[in-house]
Amino acid sequence: MSLHDFDQLFQSKIDQEIKIEPKDWMPDAYRKTNIRQISQHAHSEIVGMLPEGNWISRAPSLKRKAILMAKVQDEAGHGLYLYCAAETLGMSREQMIDDLNSGKAKYSSIFNYPTLTWADMGAIGWLVDGAAILNQVMLCRTSYGPYARAMVRICKEESFHQRQGFESLLVLSKGTAEQKAMCQDAINRWWWPSLMMFGPKDSESTNSDQSMKWKIKRKTNDELRQQFVDMCVEQVKLLGMTLPDPHLKWNAERGHYDFGEIDWNEFWNVVKGNGPCNKQRLAARRKAHEEGKWVREAAAAYAEKRKTASLNPSKGGTLAAA
Amino acid sequence: MDNSLINYTLHLADTTLILSQRNSEWCGHGPILEQDIAITNISLDLLGQSRNFYQYAAQLINFSKHSEAKVSPSGGDLEGASEDSLAYLRTEREFKNLLLVELQNGDWGQTVLRQFFFSQFQYLLFEQLQQSKDEQLAAIAAKAIKETTYHVRWSSEWVIRLGDGTDESHQRMLHAIDELWRYTGELFEAAEYETAMGIDLAAIKQKWTEKVIAVFDEATLPVPENSFMQLGGKKGVHTEQLGYILTELQYMQRTYPNSNW
Repeated sequence: MSLHDFDQLFQSKIDQEIKIEPKDWMPDAYRKTNIRQISQHAHSEIVGMLPEGNWISRAPSLKRKAILMAKVQDEAGHGLYLYCAAETLGMSREQMIDDLNSGKAKYSSIFNYPTLTWADMGAIGWLVDGAAILNQVMLCRTSYGPYARAMVRICKEESFHQRQGFESLLVLSKGTAEQKAMCQDAINRWWWPSLMMFGPKDSESTNSDQSMKWKIKRKTNDELRQQFVDMCVEQVKLLGMTLPDPHLKWNAERGHYDFGEIDWNEFWNVVKGNGPCNKQRLAARRKAHEEGKWVREAAAAYAEKRKTASLNPSKGGTLAAA
Repeated sequence: MDNSLINYTLHLADTTLILSQRNSEWCGHGPILEQDIAITNISLDLLGQSRNFYQYAAQLINFSKHSEAKVSPSGGDLEGASEDSLAYLRTEREFKNLLLVELQNGDWGQTVLRQFFFSQFQYLLFEQLQQSKDEQLAAIAAKAIKETTYHVRWSSEWVIRLGDGTDESHQRMLHAIDELWRYTGELFEAAEYETAMGIDLAAIKQKWTEKVIAVFDEATLPVPENSFMQLGGKKGVHTEQLGYILTELQYMQRTYPNSNW
C-alpha cells in the first residue's frame, strides 16, 4: 500500500466514525496535533489546580473546604488520564512536563488570571468549567479513541463541578450585600476571559479546518462560544446577577444572543505570556518539579534496590511501587 | 456532665483539622502527580474526621448549654455551636491540637515523616477509641480507622523509601527526624481530659515505639535517644506558627461574620 492508500483508509475510517487507536496507522500531522492538544489539555488541568488551590486554606466553611479540595484533586486526576492518553501517541509524560516547564507547551490562558475573592471559586466553577464542558462534551466524540474515552470520564466530573460552582454563587446571591457584591464582581471579572477560552474567531483560527476534517474537533470556536453565551444569559437570571456586556441582546433572526466584541488584544497578550499570572503559574510548576526531583530520584533508587533484593529471597521486600 | 468529653472531642477535631490544613498546602505542588493526589486525599480524610468530631462537640456543647452546665473554661461565645463556629471562631489559646501537626511542612521528607508519626499514633488511638463507652466517639473511630490504616501504610512506605533511597534523601530524613522528634513526646503526655476519658496512652506509646523502630530499621534510619520533648498543644500553648494558620483558616468567617457560605 502506498502512503496515499494509507491516508485514504485513515480518512475513510474517520468518515465512518471508526475511532483511531494507538496502534493504527495515522498521518504524522494527526499524531502531532493530538499530542499537542491532549498534552495542552493535561497541562491546563495541572496549572488549573493553582488558582483554585489558592483558596483551599481560606475556604469560608469546612464543607466548602472539602468540596474545593476534592475538586482540585479531581483536576489532578484529569491531568493524569490525559497524560496517559497522550503517552499512547509516543511522547513520555516527562517530556510533556519538561515542555510545560520550559514554556514550549501551552495551557489554557484562563488560568493566568488571579483568584482574588472567594466568589471566584464559584465563578470559575460556573463559567470556566461551563465553557470547558462545552468543548469537552464535543471531545467525547473526538476521533482518537483514548482521548475520547478519557473525556467521557472527565465530563461527568466536570459537570458536577459546574453545578457545585453555580450552587456556591447561588448562596452568595442570596446572602448579605457584601456577598452579593462579591458575586457580581467575580462574574464581571471572569466573563470575558471565559469567552476567550473558545479561542480565536473561526476566521483567524489556524488549526480549525484540518481538525474538523479529522474530527478531532466537531464544532468551531465560534459555534461553541455562541452556545455558551446563550446558556449563560439564561442561567445568570437565576442568580439575579448580570453579565458585563451592554451589547447582549436576543437576535430573533439568528435565534441566538448577539454579544459584544472580545478584547482580542488582551487575548493575544495573555497567550504571549503577559497575563496577570503567567509568570507565577509557571514558576509554581517549575518549583514543584525542581523541589520534587530528589523525591523522584530516591523513589527510583529505592525501587531499583528492591528489584535487586527480590532476586535474593532472603531480603525480599513487600513495599508497593510508588 | 464535666467538660472532659467536650475538650477531648475538640482536641481530636483540632488536631485533624490543623494537619489537614497543613497537608493541603501541598495540593498542586507535590513532587509527582500521583503523590499530589495521595497527600490531598489524606488531607480530605483528615478534614472529614475533623468535621465529625466538631459536629459531635457542637452537639455536646449545645446540649450542655441547655442543661445550664458550665462549658469551656477558656471562654469564647459558643452560643449555638456548630462545626464552623468551633473551627473558625476559636482562638490560638483555645485550640487543643498537638504541636506536631501545626509545624511547617518542610520538605516532602518532613511531611511524610510527620504523617507517619501521627498516623501510627492515630491508628493505635482509634483501636482503643473504637471500644470507648462513648458510642459516638467509638463510631467515628471505627469509621476513620479504615482511612488511617491507609495513611499508616502510605507514610511508612515513604519513610522507608526515602530513608533507604539516595544519600540525599537519607540526609534529608535525618534532618526531618531532628526537626520532628522532640514533638512526638506530647502524643503520650496525657492532658486532664484524656485521663478523665480513660485513654491508655502508656499502652499506645509502647506499641507506637515498636512500630517506629521497625519502620526506621527498614529505612536504615536511627531512632533518636530519649531527648527533651516539647509539650503544650493539648493545653492550648502552641508554637508561634498556629496563629498564622488560624489567620488564614479563619479569614473569611472573621471578615464576614454571620454569613452563610
